[in-house]
Amino acid sequence: MKRQIPLLVCCVAGVIFLLQYFSPHPWPTYLAERMLKWVIVIGFFALGVGIISLWINHLPKVLKQAPGWGYNAVALAGFLGMVLTGLIWGKSPGTPFIWMYNNLMNPITSTMFGLLAFFIASAAYRAFRVRSLLATILLVSAVIVMLGRVPIGDFVFDKIVGPLGAHGVLGAAANWLLNYPNVAAKRALNVGIGFGQAAIAIKILLGIERSYLGGEK
Amino acid sequence: MLALPIVAAILLVASFPAAAQDPPKPEPAADAPAVPGAAAEPASAPPAGPPPAPASAVSAHDKPGDEGKHIAVTWTLSPDDGAGARSVTGYEVLRAGSPDGPFVATGVKTPAGKTEAMDEVPADRTDYWYAVRASTGGGATSDSASFGPARSSPSWFNPQKSSVAVFTLLFCVAAAIVLSMAKRGARFYIRPIGGINAIDEAIGRATEMGKPILFVPGLLEASDVPTMAAFSIMGRVAKKVAEYQSRLIVPCYYSMVMIVAREVVKGAYLEAGRPDAYQEKDVFYVTQEQFAYTAAINGIMLREKPATNFYLGGFFAESLMLAETGFMAGSIQIAGTDQPIQIPFFVAACDYTMIGEELYAAAAYLSEDPKQKATLKAQDFGKAVVLGLTAVGALLWLTLPTWAVWFSKIVADGDFLFSRVARLFGMGA
Repeated sequence: MKRQIPLLVCCVAGVIFLLQYFSPHPWPTYLAERMLKWVIVIGFFALGVGIISLWINHLPKVLKQAPGWGYNAVALAGFLGMVLTGLIWGKSPGTPFIWMYNNLMNPITSTMFGLLAFFIASAAYRAFRVRSLLATILLVSAVIVMLGRVPIGDFVFDKIVGPLGAHGVLGAAANWLLNYPNVAAKRALNVGIGFGQAAIAIKILLGIERSYLGGEK
Repeated sequence: MLALPIVAAILLVASFPAAAQDPPKPEPAADAPAVPGAAAEPASAPPAGPPPAPASAVSAHDKPGDEGKHIAVTWTLSPDDGAGARSVTGYEVLRAGSPDGPFVATGVKTPAGKTEAMDEVPADRTDYWYAVRASTGGGATSDSASFGPARSSPSWFNPQKSSVAVFTLLFCVAAAIVLSMAKRGARFYIRPIGGINAIDEAIGRATEMGKPILFVPGLLEASDVPTMAAFSIMGRVAKKVAEYQSRLIVPCYYSMVMIVAREVVKGAYLEAGRPDAYQEKDVFYVTQEQFAYTAAINGIMLREKPATNFYLGGFFAESLMLAETGFMAGSIQIAGTDQPIQIPFFVAACDYTMIGEELYAAAAYLSEDPKQKATLKAQDFGKAVVLGLTAVGALLWLTLPTWAVWFSKIVADGDFLFSRVARLFGMGA
């Protein structure tokens, strides 16, 4: 029963959402909307469990002063600070919550996102090393696309091959690479992904895939 | 004393019905049958001029394939539409609850030259009668003959989704056939996938090194398909980890993902016969902020130095940050995502990458259940159909472009497909 009831619930919910996709009738829409409300309620309880997990994870390290406990203390202080300011002063513009969000959270997030440029540089160095024929094709394509997408690339290239009567070749080559081989590969990927998702959905609806319930049996 | 009778006279005049104060309504054209009980013109209407000829052949029917409460009204243009002194500048749909009226304006208006409008009715399965009022720029109007009854009702099927329904049905049939073959003992060839073959080796390496394994299930919700696929692989990985007596760390982006991940890992440890080795604190919630989550995982990688990192599920801008940090920490890295933009980053920074559909195939590949493997064959069938249709479409575009338009409509335009099938069975126009 521990397996059968969740499987039945999953199957019924799946069929309702499938019906709602194909049918404009108000009944499946009503049922699907009700279910989405249940998801919100369950999500609320899940958030409580998540917060408990957060404290269980960080608090013992702070109390025991484990290595790096200062980071755990900052995490808990940040959580408490945001929750308390939000509860006491609300979240309208000008409140401490919004001030902290705009002046602490946003700059930190932007800084993290800015680091991506350095990660891209180091990854590109490895990816574009000429080790094989395929890696060489990748490198040549990347150079054409990178230079062809910026005005200076076309400008410099035209200075070199312009006297031969080939203007705008680099930009055209970059566009061709992006619009044909790139799009073809992406579409092939999307077709495969679509069928993969459909297969997973069928397996879950039929109860073949049940690992999300905590095991096969 | 005189004020009282004056006020009484004003009140008496004001209490007259509005229609009584209207200027005389222009007579309808000789060939225009008046709609009984049509609503009167407003009291402030300026002198209207000669009325136009009315619209004719009014018809009304339920809008197909909708959620109900919509009736499509069509008519033939007034002879005065767009020309002459009595030129019609627009039409308005009138509705009544009985053939005798009163016909009231619905507020549904169209400019001249239009022959259809959509009326939103108050209730389904109720009879309504319709007329169309043609009006000139000067405010003169004439009403058409009425039509009815028409009633709306909600549809059970949206014809626009016919193509999707057909392909879904075909895919389900293919899946049912291969599943029944699998039940009868058929064995299917599955092409080897590098990333999946490396899973056992990566777990073994972690065990030998005495280091933990990090499993990142992505940044999507538990109900999203990539996360579901990640749960499937997580179950197999956790079972192997339990057998090898290693340690699995699962940091989660959503608390709902954490709850499901705990069930998956706990169940896997139970299946492996080592429920005592399961550590609930190793499957934990981090945060729902993208880069805070990234920072937390990067910290775990640099502190715990896991021997193996799995990145399976939905990933976004953080994919390269995670994979590069893992590379710097010296971990074996196996990634898989269905986000096409992130795949090159994983390919550049990880040892093995499951590309797109391989993420979904992995769980079936790792499973010993033949039914799981059979579904991969159904996917192959679907891909073969899409490949065939693409080849036929390309060939038609090159040789017979007119047929190609028809072909693409059949494949992609649900309404077109539905109407053709309905006509085939004598159900439609």
